[in-house]
Amino acid sequence: MDILELKNVSFSVADESSAKEIVRDVDLSIPYGKLIAVTGPNGGGKSTLAKLIAGIEKPTEGAIFFKGEDITERSITDRAKAGIGFAFQQPVKFKGIRVLDLLRIAAGRKLTVAEACEFLSLVGLCARDYIDREVNASLSGGELKRIEIATLLARRTELAVFDEPEAGIDLWSFNNLIDVFRRMRDGMDGGSIIIISHQERILNIADEIVVLKDGRVASRGSRDDILPTLIGTSAAVNYCVKIDPNGR
Amino acid sequence: MKELDTIQKRLLEEVADLHTVPEGAYNIRANGESAGRRSTENIEITSKTGVSGLEIRIKPFTKNESVHIPVVIAESGLKEVVYNDFYVGEGADVVIVAGCGIDNCGSQDSQHDGVHRFFIGKGAHVKYVEKHYGSGDGAGKRILNPVTEVYQEEDSFAEMEMVQIKGVDDTLRTTKAELAGGAKLIVRERLMTHGEQNAVSKYEVALNGKGSSADVVSRSVARGDSHQVFDAKIAGNAPCKGHTECDSIIMDRGRILAVPGLEANDTEAELFHEAAIGKIAGDQLIKLMTLGLTEAEAEEQIINGFLR
Ligand SMILES: Nc1ncnc2c1ncn2[C@@H]1O[C@H](COP(=O)(O)OP(=O)(O)OP(=O)(O)O)[C@@H](O)[C@H]1O
Ligand SMILES: [Mg+2]
Repeated sequence: MDILELKNVSFSVADESSAKEIVRDVDLSIPYGKLIAVTGPNGGGKSTLAKLIAGIEKPTEGAIFFKGEDITERSITDRAKAGIGFAFQQPVKFKGIRVLDLLRIAAGRKLTVAEACEFLSLVGLCARDYIDREVNASLSGGELKRIEIATLLARRTELAVFDEPEAGIDLWSFNNLIDVFRRMRDGMDGGSIIIISHQERILNIADEIVVLKDGRVASRGSRDDILPTLIGTSAAVNYCVKIDPNGR
Repeated sequence: MKELDTIQKRLLEEVADLHTVPEGAYNIRANGESAGRRSTENIEITSKTGVSGLEIRIKPFTKNESVHIPVVIAESGLKEVVYNDFYVGEGADVVIVAGCGIDNCGSQDSQHDGVHRFFIGKGAHVKYVEKHYGSGDGAGKRILNPVTEVYQEEDSFAEMEMVQIKGVDDTLRTTKAELAGGAKLIVRERLMTHGEQNAVSKYEVALNGKGSSADVVSRSVARGDSHQVFDAKIAGNAPCKGHTECDSIIMDRGRILAVPGLEANDTEAELFHEAAIGKIAGDQLIKLMTLGLTEAEAEEQIINGFLR
């Protein structure tokens, strides 16, 4: 049995005139205790797949199993309680809810300030400056993104799905982030992590890589098999090249 | 101090966070009469003659002192109008905590109309905190109509925090302010209505002096079948800065009307108004649900944060 199984999952949206299929007939199983990277071109359906797993979208066809149980019809809340965690590609902003509040909600208990600070330190935020800040537009994009990752760390779910965790994060923090994921992987205790990413260095720490293109699984396999086929394509971007297009 | 019953004590906790007699100067009004008073060396509280109410005189340059003047009503059918005048001396720096709690278990309406006037001297700083609270399940309404007038001399600073979260059926809040040169006013209003409640909040701020500024921000939530009106007018009569903001969440069948009013009578006046009314953002609910909250729990958290 695998921790997560998607069986012939399709998702389409319909407007007045036509239906658009965003995820097409995806068959995917995620084993226990693995770090899986999902990559592929922009608009390939990666975020939609993550939303289908978290229950934010419901498949128009097919079924989703979590730890052997059919969760296709289960709500977002039920899935979260069952042990699925999801860090958004675009973090949500609030008014009045502080970083500490969000971490407490995520942890499901009244974390002490010291405990909450630990999660923030892991993502490279100097905790004391942030704990009382509101999770609103006054935080920078990179700060919001790191707080989003910290909330998922605080949840300690069996399955954690990160949607482009590296987006907007500076180079120094990116190195730390890789360490965080490495440590998560080593201490997974049977749980699994799915990271949606375009970064070669993240793909590099994955056990397996799934390539999603036009809503379909274009290829899947071990890192050593898949990574060489991606280098030089848009699916894997070398971090330094991305921040300095001339490679200086 | 006169003994308060348990309902009165509970109301007192709600509106003034008071468990015992406060430090500093205070006057506690319960069911229409004074239940305890203390003046201090720098703050003198006396009764008005002719009408109900108090005169509170704060000596110039009084620092770090506080005045508590909570009102509790636990009698159905009691209606009162109270006039309180605060004279804050030049250079003083004080905290004033007012508030009114009504518990109405009976069938007759209970009503408290408090008229508060503040005369704030040169360079003085006042932090004013006012909390309104209603409880009791009688058919009689709980009605509060506070009038607040603020007269600020040069370079004075008034911060006003006004909160009404629960249980007041009908409210008409009127706040007027006149500011001299360099004076600064900050208002933070938090309002939540539910059931059949009705709340109207009106502001009229006149920025009369050069360099005066006002920032009036209201955050409110209208649930059930409740109705709110936010009517904020700022007049810039000199080189000044004025900003009003109404940020509201509507739920169920709640209704809100925001009426911006800016009047510039000086070319150097800079006035802004912002208003946003809408239901709770769907992505906020979804985010909290992915953290394991039910939809109702998520709503609760979002509103608690919003009204913080
Ligand atoms: N609710 C929707 N309605 C219409 N089109 C949608 C909807 N959700 C997603 N799409 C479209 O489906 C496609 C896949 O989107 P998705 O966000 O899953 O891509 P992605 O692989 O995550 O891309 P990126 O790498 O840019 O994050 C896109 O073309 C997008 O515009
Ligand atoms: Mg995406």
